[in-house]
Amino acid sequence: MPRVAIDVLLKRELLDPQGRATERALPGLGYDGVSDVRIGKHLELDVDAVGEALDALVEAMCAGFLTNPVVETYRWRVIADDERADAPATR
Amino acid sequence: MTARVGVVTFPGSLDDRDAATAVRIAGGDAVALWHEDDDIKGVDAVVLPGGFSYGDSLRCGAIAHLAPVMAAVARFAAEGGPVLGICNGFQVLCEARLLPGALLRNDRLRFVSRPVGVQVERTDTPFSAGYAPGQRLVLPVKHGEGRYVADESTLDELESEGRVVFRYATGENPNGSARDIAGITNAARNVVGLMPHPEHAVDATLSEGTDGLAMFAGLLGSLTSVR
Repeated sequence: MPRVAIDVLLKRELLDPQGRATERALPGLGYDGVSDVRIGKHLELDVDAVGEALDALVEAMCAGFLTNPVVETYRWRVIADDERADAPATR
Repeated sequence: MTARVGVVTFPGSLDDRDAATAVRIAGGDAVALWHEDDDIKGVDAVVLPGGFSYGDSLRCGAIAHLAPVMAAVARFAAEGGPVLGICNGFQVLCEARLLPGALLRNDRLRFVSRPVGVQVERTDTPFSAGYAPGQRLVLPVKHGEGRYVADESTLDELESEGRVVFRYATGENPNGSARDIAGITNAARNVVGLMPHPEHAVDATLSEGTDGLAMFAGLLGSLTSVR
């Protein structure tokens, strides 16, 4: 079953106070040269569909429920097991 | 006959009892509505109360607006029935697209819980009819995600159509809301959402004052006048 990863951010023109606070904290920790920090959401789900049916289902879920198009944008992709954000670290 | 005002309880609603009490103090009958109900028991108006429905999962109001009772509330609103969303209720109305825009994290990331000055901009809704135009109120706010946002064209439309009903007093915007907007109405003017809590300001023995009472009294007055 395909595993779908969805990344969600606030629209670019909207203030992201979490991103701003984080960005302001970085220089104090010695991390210089970092700007435009935006913090959003990462969703992963198994979806029992393939091809166009998968596309249509994921798009419908994203636009209608998983994100709020009034304030958020998103990208999604099908990922492999080792691309899961919770995949065990490999060394 | 006494007007009947439905107050919806979602899992995680906090202010449903205060809203019901406010309705009673104003002289109405409060009718408890449950999120799993398919109908709204023939009430004359609906209040969506504050709280953290469904634990604010996904987004504030995102799950609640899909509850069975909300389909009935949406039908009621489409027929012109008065609907008031307070705080989380405002968030639910925005998620349900019964009101435009959305409510995001406060600009300073802090949960704010204090009285704020609120100006009544419009008195031509059932929920602001009990006030005088321009009246200055003090109402409590208590929210972490109350920053009202909408795109510029929507904000311009709200302004030009006189749909900004309540505005934070100058210098008192507690959350970074666009254009100091505290509460808005829909095009038909029967649905109102606001972040401040009128239902917490209805009892003179408590410290929050009584500036919220006219929101409920005005509603009951407008319900009586159309009968």
